Amino acid sequence: MQPFHYLAGLVAPLDRANVDTDLIIPKQFLKSIKRTGFGVNLFDELRYLDEGYPGQDASQRPLNPDFVLNQPRYQGASILLARKNFGCGSSREHAPWALEDFGFRVVIAPSFADIFYNNAFKNGILLVKLSEAEVDRLFEEVAANEGYRLEVDLEKQRVTTPFGELLEFEVDDFRKHCLLEGLDDIGITLKDEDAIHAFEKRHRAERPWMFREA
Amino acid sequence: MSGQTLYDKLWSQHLVKERGDGTALIYIDRHLLHEVTSPQAFEGLRLAGRRPWRLDANLATPDHNVPTTLVERAEGNAGIKDEVSLIQVQTLDDNCESFGIEEFRINDPRQGIVHVVGPEQGATLPGMTVVCGDSHTATHGAFAALSHGIGTSEVEHVLATQCLLAQKMNNMQVRVEGELGEGVTAKDVVLAIIGRIGTAGGTGYAIEFAGSAIRGLSMEGRMTVCNMAIEAGARVGLIAVDDTTIDYLRDRHYAPQGEMWDAAVADWRRLVSDDDAAFDKVVTLDAAEIEPQVSWGTSPEMVTGVGGEVPDPDEAGDDTARTGMIRALEYMGLAPKQKITDIRLDKIFIGSCTNSRIEDLRAAARVARGHKVADSVALAMVVPGSGLVKRQAEEEGLDKVFLDAGFEWREPGCSMCLAMNADKLGAGEHCASTSNRNFEGRQGYGGRTHLVSPAMAAAAAIAGHFVDVRQFDSAGEA
Repeated sequence: MQPFHYLAGLVAPLDRANVDTDLIIPKQFLKSIKRTGFGVNLFDELRYLDEGYPGQDASQRPLNPDFVLNQPRYQGASILLARKNFGCGSSREHAPWALEDFGFRVVIAPSFADIFYNNAFKNGILLVKLSEAEVDRLFEEVAANEGYRLEVDLEKQRVTTPFGELLEFEVDDFRKHCLLEGLDDIGITLKDEDAIHAFEKRHRAERPWMFREA
Repeated sequence: MSGQTLYDKLWSQHLVKERGDGTALIYIDRHLLHEVTSPQAFEGLRLAGRRPWRLDANLATPDHNVPTTLVERAEGNAGIKDEVSLIQVQTLDDNCESFGIEEFRINDPRQGIVHVVGPEQGATLPGMTVVCGDSHTATHGAFAALSHGIGTSEVEHVLATQCLLAQKMNNMQVRVEGELGEGVTAKDVVLAIIGRIGTAGGTGYAIEFAGSAIRGLSMEGRMTVCNMAIEAGARVGLIAVDDTTIDYLRDRHYAPQGEMWDAAVADWRRLVSDDDAAFDKVVTLDAAEIEPQVSWGTSPEMVTGVGGEVPDPDEAGDDTARTGMIRALEYMGLAPKQKITDIRLDKIFIGSCTNSRIEDLRAAARVARGHKVADSVALAMVVPGSGLVKRQAEEEGLDKVFLDAGFEWREPGCSMCLAMNADKLGAGEHCASTSNRNFEGRQGYGGRTHLVSPAMAAAAAIAGHFVDVRQFDSAGEA
């Protein structure tokens, strides 16, 4: 996983609540057996005016000029500003894969759905929870200022606006550590291999019906 | 000190290690796999030179991409016309074979939707931790199993370590007290709950469903309720063990037998919340007030009773809610204050991991018997949840009832719930669907989903528009 320490980046606003993972990456693109290449279909139904299918040449597709990511002022954005309950719905990790592949490393919102929250951090994406009032204000500032950029510092757990305002955010120690170091969870867990074996032995003795092969 | 909730008990029974940084290592008893969220996980294992930790914990079946017509299914995998879908199903077959994981392949009679297959086989047992790369894994909580959806990175993690790194959730109890009215089903109960607490109401919580109306549900009904916990934002939905749970499991293929069964049952009986357990949040609904539900919008919380009307955005609580509602009504092609019973349907879908079990098919068949699907309905399809559900339904003659009424009787799979196969809505089409998500484009590009119970879907198929199933028989083909 790519580590994340600090990012100063252009902000794109997506002003709708309950953005679900079907909207982030529609199901027809879930048929891929790869982890990469989903960025071109991020928000597919919002971004294009036609129906997308896997393997298509996206450069030939009609863009929806009203969609925020198609507007010239937001080209190159690496921070997505969103509303509450972002990432609700299915467990598809294709959603963070698509965000990351498109170029987003940070999503800021008042709240995120649980499974998406897990999946994003495992793919080097930092999810920043700010209060509804703070997010409201950021939406206003983005709209009013072309080229609006934020600085996001994971070590210090704070977001700095172009006007020098500091917004602090919470992130749990484990996720922060993994993201700063770019650590692979499986390697960390396997350091406890002995504890897992010991648990498994006891569990099997207590509840043998959980094991199909005795 | 207060007692433990069911969730607390399940958590502590699987705690391998607290890590001191707010996370814990939790042991996983059962891992279900399907073709969509597993290929990258197997690839990760391969690249790292790792093997699955414990093969017998895993069970796989293809469900999302499989075609559902008999003609296509007769050809096995070769009947999958979409090349990308075919590769995905073949990749699951190859991975299961090379790693030694048991798989029910496309035309195995035990194949089906993974959340129908697990319980049906007794592969889901009370007291287990059950995970799958699919958010509707919450279904298995109906058996007092700690169950939730995971992403592909976690699929790989479970394969490699038999554990997950997890954080303990908060406890919520949703009580539904009293008796459900005639024609009001588990689906209506869970839609009413989501309507009450909202699509993010359960975020961060494990929800235990309790109360006399929940106790009165069959296992099929309880699975329907737990299945949709995720639509209220909760990864985990749970229901305590009782006689209904135990009766369902007796003699299932993977359930213990003989003395081990007795020992297991004694253990399972303890899988209930203590009387003095403390919940962080409690929500209570009166069962008698719940009427058959119909969703009108693009989020499962956008739901109302069949006797109601589409809401007016001008009456929304705040700006975000109002703009969301305006967008939803525009997408759905509905007007504020339009009566729910005036919504006309183009397609009917009875199926999905929410409502494709035998009891669901019986409920739909009871309504459909002796009637005809309305001419204005272009397609009405029934997709059983597994090969075994299909066989049982055919033994009971339900297929004939559906076919006589003009429904199509299909082969098992996820089908039009998420339209990864050829079963989908056209742009602008309204569908009465027994599935779980009414998101934009979910059932097909531009498709308009209305979530309902199987009985309500069948009644809508006959009438061509929504009708209150409680008045359906007396009203005839109103």
